[in-house]
Amino acid sequence: MKNDARVIQKIVFFLLGAATVLIILPVLAIFLLILVNGLPALTPEFIFSMPKMGMRAGGIFPAIVGTLYLVIGTAVFSLPLGVLAAIYLTEYAEENWLTRLIEVAIVNLAGVPSIVYGLFGLGLFVIFLNLGASIIAGSLTLAIMTLPVIITSSKEALIAVPKSFREVSYSLGASRWQTVKRVVLPNAVPGILTGTILGLSRAAGETAPILFTVAAFYLPRLPQSMFDQVMALPYHIYVLSTQVPNVSNKIQYGTILVLVLLVFIMNITASVIRARFRKRKLW
Amino acid sequence: MVKLRVENLTVNFDGCQALKAIGLEVRANEILGVIGPANSGKTTFLKALNRMLDFIPCRRVAGKIFLDGQDIYANMDVLSLRRRIGMVFALPLPLPLSIFENVAYGPRLHNQKDKRKLEEIVEKCLKASYLWDEVKDRLHTPAFNLSGGQQQRLCISRTLAVEPELILYDEPCSGLDPISTAKVEEAMQELKKKYTQILVTNNTKQAARVSDRTAFFLMGELVELDDTNKMFTAPKDKRTDDYIAGRFG
Repeated sequence: MKNDARVIQKIVFFLLGAATVLIILPVLAIFLLILVNGLPALTPEFIFSMPKMGMRAGGIFPAIVGTLYLVIGTAVFSLPLGVLAAIYLTEYAEENWLTRLIEVAIVNLAGVPSIVYGLFGLGLFVIFLNLGASIIAGSLTLAIMTLPVIITSSKEALIAVPKSFREVSYSLGASRWQTVKRVVLPNAVPGILTGTILGLSRAAGETAPILFTVAAFYLPRLPQSMFDQVMALPYHIYVLSTQVPNVSNKIQYGTILVLVLLVFIMNITASVIRARFRKRKLW
Repeated sequence: MVKLRVENLTVNFDGCQALKAIGLEVRANEILGVIGPANSGKTTFLKALNRMLDFIPCRRVAGKIFLDGQDIYANMDVLSLRRRIGMVFALPLPLPLSIFENVAYGPRLHNQKDKRKLEEIVEKCLKASYLWDEVKDRLHTPAFNLSGGQQQRLCISRTLAVEPELILYDEPCSGLDPISTAKVEEAMQELKKKYTQILVTNNTKQAARVSDRTAFFLMGELVELDDTNKMFTAPKDKRTDDYIAGRFG
């Protein structure tokens, strides 16, 4: 009997461990493949110069800049809106059918396929609001896609601030807003930041939402204003691998590597912020 | 002189009655002890006084509470009410700030920006709770590094810093060791000179030691209120006698 339990324990341990290792494998495989094939392409010239000869030579600078602009634009539109909405929902709104409806809407917003966002952005921003295919239209589209992530993670960060801090603050005669501003928000910032960066890193890698709203097929110059089209890394990868014949493997993998590194850097930043905060956390 | 008068105070939560027609008076500069077993409505009573009950969605409050003759549930701004009636909670609850900023939190809320003034207030309030000597060299370190007893005295200082007239204590020593408890009690005795205090406690001996008069709550009712001496030597009500003697609760 006792031996049986030990054998089963070993089998279970093995299975659990194997499942965990299996999760790591695809990530490692993908990253290694991209790294090995893409690293040789990664020269300053590749990163900082314009594409040439119908994208078969030269660099990918406009696509990098375009993606960075889009990430910044997305943050500008989605961060304030998302955080304010989260503050309203956690600190002000009463529990009733309307707030429940809003929460359901947010959850569903997160589940909408990205191509639908792309078409929605095309309809609303590009055509109806007449912004044209532009950085601003693309940023707004990506912002809507990112909002649920930001709202959800901000709400969690706000709720994680102990209720007792609020009570203490109120008991000293603070108003709701004073309490939010002085006690709740400062302690929720790291969580909000982490969620936001993760949301933005997803936005950086999306192709479908920018397809009709901003991404340029081939535009070997930098944008002059936020009403310009730009090239963007995810769409550029799609173009290189399906729309342009005879692009060298090196350029394709190099572009992918740049995008993956960008997203990795953002994710790691988020993890570092979270880890730092955990260490500093006082309750 | 009557500082606070409670008339016919009844509180319901979702149909369950937490306080039944409480009526009592609190005299200026006294310490009123409130004792009673768990679920007797002591904390609800305190929270009705500084309107922290407002945050509980399904509460219903009836009756009247007068602070210096002014009805606190009618035409009184709740934020200024909470400045006048301070509260110290059961657990030491420092804010995640430095010792200094914890005490300065209240004055800052109420627009005290002058750094010199703030320093004065912090020193004065920390001295009033007998904490100053222990922390004066590390005012700008996190309040969470203090011991439990020190944290609770810090919370008292923080409450004092908004210059309330009445201080509510909700079992302030329930998490403290005897020495820390003694220090908190000592601080309360000293504070009598300036403040009116209501002390809710699970510890009947503490009420006997500290309070001038004691109220005994049972299942939402005020059973008896009398001078502490009388109450603990010759209670009028049999239930009070049983509770004090430790026969139930």
